[in-house]
Amino acid sequence: MYALVDGNNFYVSCERVFRPSLNGRPVIVLSNNDGCAIARSNEAKALGIQMGAPWFKIRHLEQDAGLVALSANFTLYGDMSNRMMSLAAGLGPTQEIYSIDESFIGLQGVRGDLVSRALKVRARIHQWTGIPTCIGIAPTKTLAKLANHIAKTAERKPGSYPQVLAQVCNLATLPAQDLDEVLQATAVGEVWGVGPRIAQQLQDGGIQTVLDLTRMDAATIRRGWSVTLEKTVRELQGQSCIELDDAPGPKQQIACTRSFGKPMHELEPLVEAVSEFAGRAAEKLRKQNCLASELLVFMHTSPYRPGAQCSRSVVVPLRRPTDDTLALAQAAADGMRYMYVPGFRFIKAGVILVELQPASVQQWELDLEPLEHEDAATATTPRDRSRLMTAMDAINCRYGKGTVHSAATGKAGPKREWGMKQERRTPQYTTRLEDVPVVRT
Amino acid sequence: MTSICNSSAPQPLAATPLVLPMSEGHVRAGFPSPAEDFAVNRLDLTQILVTHPQATFLLRVAGTSMREAGIDDGDTLVVDKAIKPRHGHVVVAVVDGEFTVKYLHQRAGRVRLKAANPTFPDIVPKDGQTVEVWGVVSSCIKRFTV
Repeated sequence: MYALVDGNNFYVSCERVFRPSLNGRPVIVLSNNDGCAIARSNEAKALGIQMGAPWFKIRHLEQDAGLVALSANFTLYGDMSNRMMSLAAGLGPTQEIYSIDESFIGLQGVRGDLVSRALKVRARIHQWTGIPTCIGIAPTKTLAKLANHIAKTAERKPGSYPQVLAQVCNLATLPAQDLDEVLQATAVGEVWGVGPRIAQQLQDGGIQTVLDLTRMDAATIRRGWSVTLEKTVRELQGQSCIELDDAPGPKQQIACTRSFGKPMHELEPLVEAVSEFAGRAAEKLRKQNCLASELLVFMHTSPYRPGAQCSRSVVVPLRRPTDDTLALAQAAADGMRYMYVPGFRFIKAGVILVELQPASVQQWELDLEPLEHEDAATATTPRDRSRLMTAMDAINCRYGKGTVHSAATGKAGPKREWGMKQERRTPQYTTRLEDVPVVRT
Repeated sequence: MTSICNSSAPQPLAATPLVLPMSEGHVRAGFPSPAEDFAVNRLDLTQILVTHPQATFLLRVAGTSMREAGIDDGDTLVVDKAIKPRHGHVVVAVVDGEFTVKYLHQRAGRVRLKAANPTFPDIVPKDGQTVEVWGVVSSCIKRFTV
């Protein structure tokens, strides 16, 4: 048995904890750079704002409907997520943190009424952190995710599902006929693992609802689509195929990508930006004790702006696998200089570290060239800077991100030309003493 | 006859590399510390001030109406959202969408918020309104200029 605990409109809920005046008002949270809506309060959903709606298209609702738009405050959301997850863990013996606002709980061995237990955990998360959640319970992860969708929708849109399923929905104890009705009322695209394209294909094939998909023969699905979709169908039929992943392995790749505050067309600021991204990625790489063998740099123009589009990327192989910020920043800068074309307004760039390997296993090499390479500043420099990197990480951990950084990333601070646009960000209420909320007496 | 290895075929030593950690232990000479057996952790303020870490938040005070309760302008409050608010608690409440810190007064089924300074008027919920308590103040941190 599995439960899925999911924070309702999580980013908006985090903001409302510290600004109660936002309750009852339409609120959205904008992506990095204030590009598009990535979280919406129920009131904002009622205004017809879609997930991912570009800000410039809905901006008029500020005046017309009292919409409040905030810049994403991921520092705050990360801390609130942490609090929520550690309380959700009380629901059962095992936990998989699936995303910033969702976690699966394994319920094996949990006795008693699961719904009343879930309601208690839900109430505790709400009281302790201020975050409202919904909980779905079912024999498989796919069904638990579906149960969560039903719990949420039943709460937000009365009449869509039976009201008893709101907030906490246990599909395992639903009588067969009621279960069929609920699955019949749910579009196939809501199923975990069914993306928009597959949903379209299924609908074209006459499979409209989750019930239709559940009644499909697994072998037919495998032949017509894939083993992955077959697993999904088996899970919907109640056969558990996807295990709880309670200790996710180290990441296979590490990315740091950003949109710019304003379009960039000069080379030098772009080099600064990707050097900075490489540094951030290197920090994550060292945290998971890995080395990268290749680095991918990319950039592109805005698909929303008229004019010529340009999208470039390049893979920079590294002479030796490394976790050295300076070496990776240099490689990113080399990649950028190599692929740069003048005359375009680039809106986004990023660095992705690939071909990761554990730092504990090292491939030694034949001594074909001198270790002290002639050009010590290039990515091929074999000088061991691991103590410098450890010191850098320690300083940045204690005094804040970016306190010390590679000089290639330019002047630190928000004044950087390519810096993020976050005009509407709320303070870091729970992680900076200067930013704690003010209470009047 | 028993044989330990009855095959002449080559035997793999190990299928996977065996990683041996370096020992960090040291052998010390000299006298052992007499305090060694009595070593415990030093007092930790976080542990003393925070009972429910997931439910604890810091808030900064603005205003003087709670001075008589030892809560002054600029102090930092430790607020625990896990504690069930009761009569007499100092609480952070939400009034008109803003945070306010007051005594929670619950008598005869009536709830009101009282300032420590009696010259400030009580906050009484209007008909149909409820007092929303955001959290209970468990400590007040007062820092001196040093």
